[in-house]
Amino acid sequence: MPVSTENMVRVFGRPESLNESAFSYCPGCHHGVVTRMIAQAIDELNIRERTVVIAPVGCSVSMYQWFRCDGTQAAHGRACAIATGIKRVNPDLIVFTYQGDGALAAIGTAESIHAANRGENITVVFINNQIYGMTGGQMAPTTLLGQWATSCPEGRDGRLAGHPIRFAEMVAQLDAPVYVTRQSLFDQKRLIAAGRAIKKAFRYQVEEKGYSLVEVLTNCPTNWRMGTLEANKHLAEVVVNTFPLGDFVDRG
Amino acid sequence: MAKIDKVLMSGNEAMAEAAICAGCRSYFGYPITPQNELLEYMSAHMPNAGGVFIQAESEIAAINMCYGAAAAGMRTMTSSSSPGISLKTEGISYIAGADLPCVVVNVVRGGPGLGNIAPAQGDYFQATKGGGHGDYHMIVLAPSTIPESVELVMLAFELADRYRGPVMVLADGMLGQMMEPVVLPESIDPATLPAKQWAITGARGREANLVTSFYLDPVELNEMDVRREERYREIEKNEVRYEEYKTEDAEVVVAAFGSMARISRTAVRMARSEGIKLGLLRPISVWPFPYEPLRALSRRVGTILTVEMNAGQMVEDVRLAVAERAETPFYGQLGGLVPSPNDILREVKRYAG
Ligand SMILES: Cc1ncc(C[n+]2csc(CCOP(=O)(O)OP(=O)(O)O)c2C)c(N)n1
Ligand code: SF4
Ligand SMILES: [Mg+2]
Repeated sequence: MPVSTENMVRVFGRPESLNESAFSYCPGCHHGVVTRMIAQAIDELNIRERTVVIAPVGCSVSMYQWFRCDGTQAAHGRACAIATGIKRVNPDLIVFTYQGDGALAAIGTAESIHAANRGENITVVFINNQIYGMTGGQMAPTTLLGQWATSCPEGRDGRLAGHPIRFAEMVAQLDAPVYVTRQSLFDQKRLIAAGRAIKKAFRYQVEEKGYSLVEVLTNCPTNWRMGTLEANKHLAEVVVNTFPLGDFVDRG
Repeated sequence: MAKIDKVLMSGNEAMAEAAICAGCRSYFGYPITPQNELLEYMSAHMPNAGGVFIQAESEIAAINMCYGAAAAGMRTMTSSSSPGISLKTEGISYIAGADLPCVVVNVVRGGPGLGNIAPAQGDYFQATKGGGHGDYHMIVLAPSTIPESVELVMLAFELADRYRGPVMVLADGMLGQMMEPVVLPESIDPATLPAKQWAITGARGREANLVTSFYLDPVELNEMDVRREERYREIEKNEVRYEEYKTEDAEVVVAAFGSMARISRTAVRMARSEGIKLGLLRPISVWPFPYEPLRALSRRVGTILTVEMNAGQMVEDVRLAVAERAETPFYGQLGGLVPSPNDILREVKRYAG
């Protein structure tokens, strides 16, 4: 029997600030969840017409094409410098970067730290999946000790390859940032908290409070070579031991 | 208020002031000798002009801040000297790839590596043949005096906007540091510049604007690249600039750009006083390069001597233009040494008469 939608209430839909494009992420990837959360925050704050998407080089390289917002694409690691240029010449715009661990915490370390240190009024979303997703699973600055990656086939050895960088904690040492937090997505409670954190980071920018960093611990089912449930378990039981969750700074 | 008085300024300061006059309201830089006075001048004057000044954490950050400001539709500039320009080349390639207007000043110093802080012209290849990755060009303007530096900085902004790409002003340590009286141009109010419809200003009542150099589909990238190449052909047609000095009856011609051309001009006068028919061809745009005027000269003079403060870079373009129609010797000094008019005259005498 055909179901009538007449008396139904729409409780979930595509955020207004996304266009019809399909994301290019792998199935089960947390990237898609965070990208959607951002769109939802933009909708809820009613800032679509002011928002600028700065896509990185990484699995989210095409992300600026999925929003009904103006956008650009940054050289690998340079997103925070580009965000600085845009925001300073047009402070009415709401500018956010979305970057992986390679972009934010390896090749773009200087740009990332100094934008935070200047307290640029921007929102930085940091996707910490502990791997270089786009290039096929090489070691990231955030790769766990002992973790396998295509460029550390014996597992990451801290003596030779360094230790996982806790970027949120580093940024939290600076005087300027107003909001620095680490979130995850491995269960319902965390999903809700992460969505709220992202919205708060955008809200602080709208309120001209200053720089926010939302680091999100995410999966990479493809390059971790794990199913999504197993990846969630790994995040909840292993990854959080190296990368503790929570707010490090909230001066809002 | 119209500025009509002559003021005594260093080249670095004059180029900074010229940018502000051109309606540039964002400058991003990183200190390096011999261009520090440009950055310092901007730090003092850009805020007064209602613009943005940032001393960036590196030249890489500075050029990417320019990328952002340019994407947002603002006239923007960065400056540096040779080692810093090397760091900017990644960003320049992205700016070219994203079709963004941006002015870059290079106050060239001795190289390679850290080299030294003396004037040099060793960045000619880097400036005119790419420097960064991919098929791109930038218009490169080479002033030989401080008043001309002012003029060419103004022009650089105009051309950057017209052709939507990076434009370099290729100076050197001598031009940057030296002082000369200049008449500052009439200021352009940025509000009177034509709006950039493609710029990132917020998707309010229109489709989203995307600024990018990324085209995953080879067919699409090819299309973008071909379109840009067409623009380059147009630039080659319209924007060649050069100066000829006493070439009408010349038997030998010196080809030189920038400071070296200014010194060569003295050599021409000295040669003439000794009865040697010497002339000078000075490329003002080194990309696009004045191939045609050199080709024409090569049909009537026996020797075109290229003089540079490097190991011989522009001479390759001179030889391309001249082919085998005339002798094309080269004279240069390296390491930040500057050939004197006497050095040039001595060299000319080997080919004259
Ligand atoms: C200058 C430069 N170096 C290297 C690359 C190749 N590259 C593309 S993405 C990437 C790493 C991506 O990892 P991450 O930033 O963690 O993003 P993810 O794909 O994991 O989301 C690298 C090294 C590049 N595009 N540019
Ligand atoms: S490679 Fe990994 S991070 Fe990238 S889209 Fe696929 S699952 Fe996500
Ligand atoms: Mg990653």
